[in-house]
Amino acid sequence: MKSVLAVLTVVAAIVVLWYGACVPMNIKGVLTEVERAGAEVVPPGAKERRDLSEFALAARNSFAIPATWAQERPRLPAPHQVAAELWDTTVAKKITSKRSLIYHGWVTLSATVLGFAIGTGLGILLAVGIVHSRVMDMSVMPWAIVSQTIPIIALAPMIIVVLYSVGVQGIIPKAVISAYLSFFPVVVGMVKGLRSPDMMQLDLLRTYNATNAQGFWKLRLPASMPYLFASLKIGIAASLVGAIVGELPTGAVAGLGARLLAGSYYGQTVQIWSALFAAAILAACLVGLLGLIERAVLRRMGIAA
Amino acid sequence: MNTESNTQPVIEARQLDLVFQTNDGPVQALKDVNLTVNKGDFVSFIGPSGCGKTTFLRCVAALETPTGGELSVNGMTPDEARRKRAYGYVFQAAGLYPWRTIAKNIKLPLEIMGYSRDEQESRVRNVLELVDLEGFGEKFPWQLSGGMQQRASIARALAFDADILLMDEPFGALDEIVRDHLNEQLLALWTRTEKTIGFVTHSIPEAVYLSTRIVVMSPRPGRITDIIDSPLPKERPLDIRDTPEFIEVAHRVREGLRAGHSDD
Repeated sequence: MKSVLAVLTVVAAIVVLWYGACVPMNIKGVLTEVERAGAEVVPPGAKERRDLSEFALAARNSFAIPATWAQERPRLPAPHQVAAELWDTTVAKKITSKRSLIYHGWVTLSATVLGFAIGTGLGILLAVGIVHSRVMDMSVMPWAIVSQTIPIIALAPMIIVVLYSVGVQGIIPKAVISAYLSFFPVVVGMVKGLRSPDMMQLDLLRTYNATNAQGFWKLRLPASMPYLFASLKIGIAASLVGAIVGELPTGAVAGLGARLLAGSYYGQTVQIWSALFAAAILAACLVGLLGLIERAVLRRMGIAA
Repeated sequence: MNTESNTQPVIEARQLDLVFQTNDGPVQALKDVNLTVNKGDFVSFIGPSGCGKTTFLRCVAALETPTGGELSVNGMTPDEARRKRAYGYVFQAAGLYPWRTIAKNIKLPLEIMGYSRDEQESRVRNVLELVDLEGFGEKFPWQLSGGMQQRASIARALAFDADILLMDEPFGALDEIVRDHLNEQLLALWTRTEKTIGFVTHSIPEAVYLSTRIVVMSPRPGRITDIIDSPLPKERPLDIRDTPEFIEVAHRVREGLRAGHSDD
C-alpha cells in the first residue's frame, strides 16, 4: 500500500511537470492561432513576440493557457491528448484499420519476437562455444563487443539494403536487426552463468569421471538460468528497439517505427507520442512476461524460495 | 603398518613429492610422503594448514598430480582409479545443487554413471537411511540445516559402489555438538559399510575418536611426522574420549604436531 502511494506520487509529479511544460512549449503557436481568430494578444503580431520569452508571454496572455493543452498540432501534446489518441487508435479502431496501433504494434511485435528468438539462440550457442573453447573465447568475444559499438541507426539501412539485394525482405531484415541488438546481452550473461559453478563443483564432477557434456547439462546449464533470465530481459527490450529502428530507414508502411516516421513527416506530434507510448507499453509487457516466466522456471527448479 | 602382509594395500604412497609452481616461486606441498592404507582402515590426516593433508587426499583422488614418487590406488594409478570410480569424495562444503532435491542430488552420480532408474531409487532410499535422512528426499537443500546438508553430501558419496571414501574436513564448518553427533554416525556407517576412509581434519579429538590410524603432518615442506596406530577398540561410544587410552593417543598426536612446528 505504501509503495503504491509512492508510485502514484511519482506519476502525479511527472504529469504535473508535463502539463506545466506544455505551456511554454506551445504558447507561441497558440497565440498566433487565437490572434488570427480575432482575440486580443499582448503584444500583437507574431513578429513582435518572436524574441520574447515563452514564460513572459504566458504570463501576459494567461487566458490562452488552457488552449496550450488542446492544440491540434502542438509541439508538445498534453498527457490527455496522448491518452485520447492511444485509446482512439487501440480500443476504438478496428484492428484491421491502418490507423490501429494494435495492428502496427503487432507488425513490430512479430519482428521483435522473431529477432529475439534468433538473437537468444545465437547468443546461447556463442556462449557455449566461448565457455568450452579457448580459441572461441579469444576470437569471438572481442567481435561481439565491437559489434555493439557501431550505432545501429547507421548499420540498419545497410543490413536492409544488403538483404534486399539478395532477395530477402519483409519481416526478416527487421528481425535480423533485432537479433543483432539482442544477442549481445545473452552472450555476456550466459558466459558468466555457464562459468558460475565454482572449482569444488567442477572437482566433484571430475571425481565421478563425468564427461564434458554431462557437466554442461547437469551443472553449467542449470547454474546459468538466473543469469540467462537477467540477460533475456535486457535482450527483449533491445529487440524491440531493433525492430523499430529497422522500420525507420525503409519507409515501411506498417509498424510502430512507420507510425513514428509518418507522424514526423506530417507534424503529427500526438501520433508520434502515442506510438512512443505504445512501444514503451509493449516493452514493459514483454519484460513483465519474461519476469513471470523467470519466476515460474526458477521456482520449479527450487532456486527461488 | 603390520597388516601389510596378507592384504593388498588400498592406497600406497612411496616417496611422494608435489611441488606447486606459483608466482612466488616453487612451493613444496608434499615431500617424501610414505604411507600404506589397508582395506577397511579409517585413516585421519591431521596437521596445521599448509601441511599438505588436503593436497595428499587430492592426489589420491587424481585431482592433483604428484611431481615425484609413486602413488597407487587399488593397485592402479590414481587417474585410472578415478576413471573406475574407485572412491567417493566429500568436500568441505556440502556442495549440493540448489536446483535439485536431496534425493535428486544423491542421484547425480548415479545418473552420470548410468544406473537404471529403479536402481537409482533403491540406492537413494538405502543411503538416505544410512545417513539418517529418511523422509528428507523431496526437500531442497536450503530447507535443511548445515549438518543435514553435509550428511546428504556423504550420502551422495556413498550412493555408488566405491569402496574408498575420501573426506576433506567434512565437518569443519559445523558446530561442536553437531560434529560429535556426525562423528558418531560416521563411525557407525563405517562399521556397517566396511569402507576404507581417508579423513582430513584439524581437530585432535575428532581424529583420535574416529581413526584406526592417525597420520600427523607438518608444513613447509608438507610431510608426515608421525603415524599412530590407535589402540582403541572398534566399538567406540562417545565417552571413550574420557578414557586414559584416548587421552594418551591424543597426547601423542599433540606431541607430533608440536614437533613438526618446532623446526620452522
